[in-house]
Amino acid sequence: MAPRRKNPIRVLVAKPGLDGHDRGAKVLAHAMREAGMEVIYTGLRQTPAMIVNVALEEDVDVVCVSVLSGAHNMLFAEIMAEMRAHAADAIPVLGGGVIPDLDIVQLKEMGVREIFTPGAPLTTITGFIEDLVPA
Amino acid sequence: MDKRHEHSELQQTKQRWEEERLGPALERVNRAAMPSDLQHEALYTPLDDAGRDYLSDIGFPGEYPYTRGVQPSMYQGRLWTMRQYAGFGSPEETHERFAYLLGQGQGGLLVAFDLPTQLGFDSDDPRAKGEVGVVGVAVDSLRDMETIFGGLPLEQASPSLTMNSAATVALAMYLAVAEQEGVPSARISGTTQNDILKEFIARGTYIFPPRPSMRLTVDLVEYCTAHLPRWNVMNICGYHVREAGSTLVQEVAYALANAITYIEACLERGLEIDAFAPRLAFNFSASCDLFQEAAKFRAARRLWARLLRDRFGAKEPASWMWRAGAGSSGSTLTAQQPENNIVRVALQALAGILGGVQSFHTAAYDEALALPSEHSALLALRTQQVLAHESGAAEVIDPLGGSYYVESLTDQIEQEVNRYIARIEAEGGMLKAIEDGRAQAEIAQSAYHYQTQIDSQERTVVGVNRFRDRNDPAIELHRPRPEIVEAQIAGLHALRRERDNTAVSRALAALENEARGNSNLMYPILEAVRAYATIGEICDVLRGVFGEYQAASY
Repeated sequence: MAPRRKNPIRVLVAKPGLDGHDRGAKVLAHAMREAGMEVIYTGLRQTPAMIVNVALEEDVDVVCVSVLSGAHNMLFAEIMAEMRAHAADAIPVLGGGVIPDLDIVQLKEMGVREIFTPGAPLTTITGFIEDLVPA
Repeated sequence: MDKRHEHSELQQTKQRWEEERLGPALERVNRAAMPSDLQHEALYTPLDDAGRDYLSDIGFPGEYPYTRGVQPSMYQGRLWTMRQYAGFGSPEETHERFAYLLGQGQGGLLVAFDLPTQLGFDSDDPRAKGEVGVVGVAVDSLRDMETIFGGLPLEQASPSLTMNSAATVALAMYLAVAEQEGVPSARISGTTQNDILKEFIARGTYIFPPRPSMRLTVDLVEYCTAHLPRWNVMNICGYHVREAGSTLVQEVAYALANAITYIEACLERGLEIDAFAPRLAFNFSASCDLFQEAAKFRAARRLWARLLRDRFGAKEPASWMWRAGAGSSGSTLTAQQPENNIVRVALQALAGILGGVQSFHTAAYDEALALPSEHSALLALRTQQVLAHESGAAEVIDPLGGSYYVESLTDQIEQEVNRYIARIEAEGGMLKAIEDGRAQAEIAQSAYHYQTQIDSQERTVVGVNRFRDRNDPAIELHRPRPEIVEAQIAGLHALRRERDNTAVSRALAALENEARGNSNLMYPILEAVRAYATIGEICDVLRGVFGEYQAASY
């Protein structure tokens, strides 16, 4: 059972790049709301700079990035660089999508906290976030 | 025995059977039922046929209301088209592939464009970075279209241009190549997907807001009605709606509600219903639930026939015919235990065939993992060939017709879709449902519901949430090929140096001017394309006038 929180966890769900596959992002946003989190969904086609900007403006606890186009290595590298440039790298970044194992290793070396691939149950992801953000 | 007496005896017998036989038997075993979008009984009998009239509700193949198929002979006359996708890289490679396919006698070439092209960005646009040539071929200008189609026998090519928000630009480029090749416009055939509304509710490759997007959609239809009698102006997709997570009923309802919106816009433009309705086709999904899917295609045909004849007053039988291609549902294919997908795809194709579709695309079993190998692509084709020549499903027209269950499902789907469409219309129609974000939210709700069923194991996905193995294969992906990207961008830069830039500016200014008015934009787009304006330049002009769509967030 997750510890009781005074303030709900604030999550940014982001879709970078041109890929329009947002079924997963929307399903996850819904599951997070059900789990009592406050969710901001960016909509499609956000640049890394726009994503980091919203993360800071909305003062979120976690950034979740969904990529299914295969452009994840480039997009995550830019997002992480942008986070560092804005001294926002204390905010954990999670990723989701069709991402090969080898790339997952590389993305984690970049500082991405965890990557969830298709088949991951929603409660696994929301549980991970609960554990990640101090109550 | 008179019919009423027969029915009441049947009713009593069924009730007795349920109480004495079925009930106790179920109590002993009690397997959890597979969750389904449609309510169903354990058993269907003639009682479920009450009220259905064979001649007016089912009828004969090739005749109104087309429940049993749009052609009189269906697969007895000709098998469905076995359509297979292929991923291409550069315009040159696409040309080679098409030349080969045409040499083999295959027309109906499917042109998949990369995401920057679909979204009206040139290959050197910063937003295109990492996406050039990945999911399809990059086409920046007429020059790329010349590379793809130049020198090919265009009268046989009949390409399918998978473009929506910038469908007018893609069509204009193809027409400009046909002009150069000396093919008269009356002899040009092919298809533009040109279904923008599903981009807003499901697929996401929109550029402009819904209303100016509708103007471009109708411009294309109007142009084709006047100049291209053999062009299929629209391929209306339930497929992407279903893939975005909708239910079966929502797939049909949204596709038809979108179609109604297009038809009304075309009529408002002054087009005659029978001038364009025969040139509308559909693209639907097929999942593994054999009977529901087959019934879906039967119901969609009847819905369309009634809609076109009774509501829109179409006189031509060709306008009443719901012609559809279908494809295996990508979202049901799993990265875990990928060989299981071979079985899923076979069931899905069988569902399409039992449903009487005009073409089917079988996915390769490893598509969720990697670029399909030659082996898996061939296996996907062989799956259709086994169904066509060994299963017997093609030997009788509409083999499920008359099944108590399937006829009842067909009725049920028709009723539920009609209720859904009536609600959309009562709430202000599809454009409003999109602008308010309601359609998107309803589909997202269904997708969430489906995922929670999987997570709770109420719905079984073999190899994913039950019957799992430990060793799942590694995922491999389509990757951008740097040499293709570099060549594409170099070609674009050369084009911008070599073309007559004064003519480009003049054509773009004319386009802007007409976009501010209300004339048909196909003509100035065609002029801009002939002057070698790029897709990015053309779409930037239109973005300046129409604005860009920002999705309603929720």
